[in-house]
Amino acid sequence: MPPLNDLVFLLIAFVTLASAGVVTFSRSILYAGFALLGTFSGAVGLFILLSSDFVAITQLLIYVGGITVLVLFAIMLTSKIGEVQLTNLSMNHKVAIPLLGLFLTFLLSLLGKGTWVVLEEEAFVSMVQPIGEALLTKYLLPFEVVSVVLLGALVGAVVIVKREVK
Amino acid sequence: MGKHIGLPLHIMVTLQSYLTVTAILFTFGLYNVITRKNAVGILMGVELILNAASINMVAFAHFNGNQVAGSLFSLFLIVLAASEAAVALAIVVSIYRQFHTIDADEVVTLKG
Repeated sequence: MPPLNDLVFLLIAFVTLASAGVVTFSRSILYAGFALLGTFSGAVGLFILLSSDFVAITQLLIYVGGITVLVLFAIMLTSKIGEVQLTNLSMNHKVAIPLLGLFLTFLLSLLGKGTWVVLEEEAFVSMVQPIGEALLTKYLLPFEVVSVVLLGALVGAVVIVKREVK
Repeated sequence: MGKHIGLPLHIMVTLQSYLTVTAILFTFGLYNVITRKNAVGILMGVELILNAASINMVAFAHFNGNQVAGSLFSLFLIVLAASEAAVALAIVVSIYRQFHTIDADEVVTLKG
């Protein structure tokens, strides 16, 4: 009986990949948007398994709570939901499937070739304090730059969507 | 093949298992970006790709002494993905107002 940890990993990985499959291969873009929820939640589980609790909760808040809702809003505002066929995957999928199959086998073969440097797994330590210290000492510049980028992006998004007042 | 995936018959989860999951996720996202005509669908593919990269970095950090740099990379990536999604969806809504469609094939004004 393999350890419970590994079974949980298999379950979460299956949920993530199945949802990603629905996102990719679903005919209806609305179903794909809802399946993004499953993918991001699976990613939350994977982050928790990788002992990165702060990133997991941030992912939950921002991706599941923010970006999924944003994407669903955009789908419902811009697609003609009343029609039966909402989105087409018809562009080049005869070429894309073999090509990407090759690409995936190439990636998976890369995984086996290299000898990855793997250290001992350490005991779980909450990452909140190390992240907080690093953000304010060693990684201060990226932190500030990313804040400015976020501000600029939000202001820019509002400016783009603004209607001209005549 | 079992060694590549990190899951031989007695199940043991190693770094390769996480890398396999993210590789498949990345390929799904890439497929989305290549084949979809709907602009929001393309954005969903980009989000899948970014998520795959995030999980990858955290996996490497976890198996190399729980460094903080992997988690920080993922945090910055989440922030950047959020800002990029906001701008991209603003553009999509604008395009929809102009062309009344977000089919990537029909939103073309270049002639010749």
